Amino acid sequence: MSEQLAVPLTGWGESVPIGLPRLVLSRIGTMCLVELQKLRHDRTELITRAIQPALWLLVFGETFTRLRAIPTGNVPYLDYLAPGILAQSALFVAIFYGIQIIWERDAGVLTKLMVTPTPRIALVTGKAFAASVRALVQALVVLVLAALLGVGLTDNPLKLLAMAAAVILGSSFFCCLSITIAGLVLTHDRLMGIGQAITMPLFFGSSALYPVNLMPGWLQAFNHINPLGYEVDALRGLLIGVPAELGLDFGVLILASAVMIVIASALLARLAR
Amino acid sequence: MTAPLAVRGTAIRHRFGDTVAVDGVDLNVPAGMVFGLLGPNGAGKTTTLRMITTLLPAPIGSIEVFGVDVARHKLAVRRLLGYVPQQLSADGALTGRQNVALFARLFDVPRARRRHVVDLSLESVGLTDVADRTAGTYSGGMIRRLELAQALVNAPRLLVLDEPTIGLDPIGRASVWDHIGEVRASTGMTVLVTTHYMDEADQHCDRIALMHRGRICALGTPAELKAGVGPDTTLDDVFRAATGDRLASDAGERMRNVRATRRTAHRLG
Repeated sequence: MSEQLAVPLTGWGESVPIGLPRLVLSRIGTMCLVELQKLRHDRTELITRAIQPALWLLVFGETFTRLRAIPTGNVPYLDYLAPGILAQSALFVAIFYGIQIIWERDAGVLTKLMVTPTPRIALVTGKAFAASVRALVQALVVLVLAALLGVGLTDNPLKLLAMAAAVILGSSFFCCLSITIAGLVLTHDRLMGIGQAITMPLFFGSSALYPVNLMPGWLQAFNHINPLGYEVDALRGLLIGVPAELGLDFGVLILASAVMIVIASALLARLAR
Repeated sequence: MTAPLAVRGTAIRHRFGDTVAVDGVDLNVPAGMVFGLLGPNGAGKTTTLRMITTLLPAPIGSIEVFGVDVARHKLAVRRLLGYVPQQLSADGALTGRQNVALFARLFDVPRARRRHVVDLSLESVGLTDVADRTAGTYSGGMIRRLELAQALVNAPRLLVLDEPTIGLDPIGRASVWDHIGEVRASTGMTVLVTTHYMDEADQHCDRIALMHRGRICALGTPAELKAGVGPDTTLDDVFRAATGDRLASDAGERMRNVRATRRTAHRLG
């Protein structure tokens, strides 16, 4: 092993000047790959996390479809609900991703990552996309569940790809929000508490369960600044073909993710101390 | 300057709130050595390592790693480093090989070489046979060796180890040191290590700096340090003499002692 490992003066690392965009892309790829590798070794999480959305669709969805209590036009309520539950399960994965970051910090993994030639912003973007990959896998489980329940989903591959993009963007935002909170509170317990405290308002303050025009004015206003609302709108438009402002939805999601990545990167250093 | 320096720290200082963790340390680590940083808990060893490894914001004073300024060229410095933190930090959900491959990717080892380099790193720490088991099934000593492999994948010029043998059984400790020694012998890399185990420092370090209350209070080869205290002494005695006895003395005296020691050490080194 000796000669090959011994590259004493110019390691290959030093001789490769890599620009930031390539570095970010490379780190995104690496982090996503690692996330998939971890998922392969432990699939139980995928199943346990599928229970809640399954209950939402089966119990809440089926019941309210029969009640016809929520006016959703000519769309069956279960169809209306499915994209909302899909967004919710992706949200849960992403918003608690910060817990993993804190675990990585306590275990020394984060400090080790931070001593690699990876700029903070590339590390956070990589983590955000890794969380998105996990969220996307979860979303696919919900999608299959919904299809099995007879929800009329699109079979247009382009629309499904766009759906994946919406899930990835939304999850990146919420993952970075989670990292930001992690950077502020620094412990599992507090992050868990805050995570739980904000997921329900985010969920109920979006159009996941009911149309925006049914909400009281103040909640409508909240929905306008809630990225989950835009994610749900995009998913619903793409998956079941109701009218949606896709341009606005994607614009907001891209901008919100970008801003949150920058904020989370700034707070990451706090986790290294 | 005779020997090139792996680390040149000048008047480095760091405080956490009101606590001064590192209080004006000059630290020169000659290239190619195993350099031990010793001292009681809270002496400032880990903080010093964190400044050298770019984990803390730009230090007061200056630190250069092989002539590269830590504050100004963080990424360039990191490309020179291998780092193993105090905690057992391998990812238990990944296999040994995946753990090492992750760092090969993060250090931009070209794809064509990656597999080979990962294999070599695993081989160099004797983990080839268990490389495809998840790291969660490894013993503490094996995880430490795996972390060593992760750090080696970059062919670092400076390997930074923060208490590499803490919490390991005697066999695990011996094995970790054996592998550090082998890698060092075959690559000539510099090793900067903190430890609480005086016997290990005595046996494996070429040069030692004793830290206490954020300052370096003794510096030299193990033999020099022992000779300075008296005949038939161990590093434990040096440790006690350098830290325990001085706990009650005033800061000024401590400062003078540091300077005196440092001058002696410079002359000898």
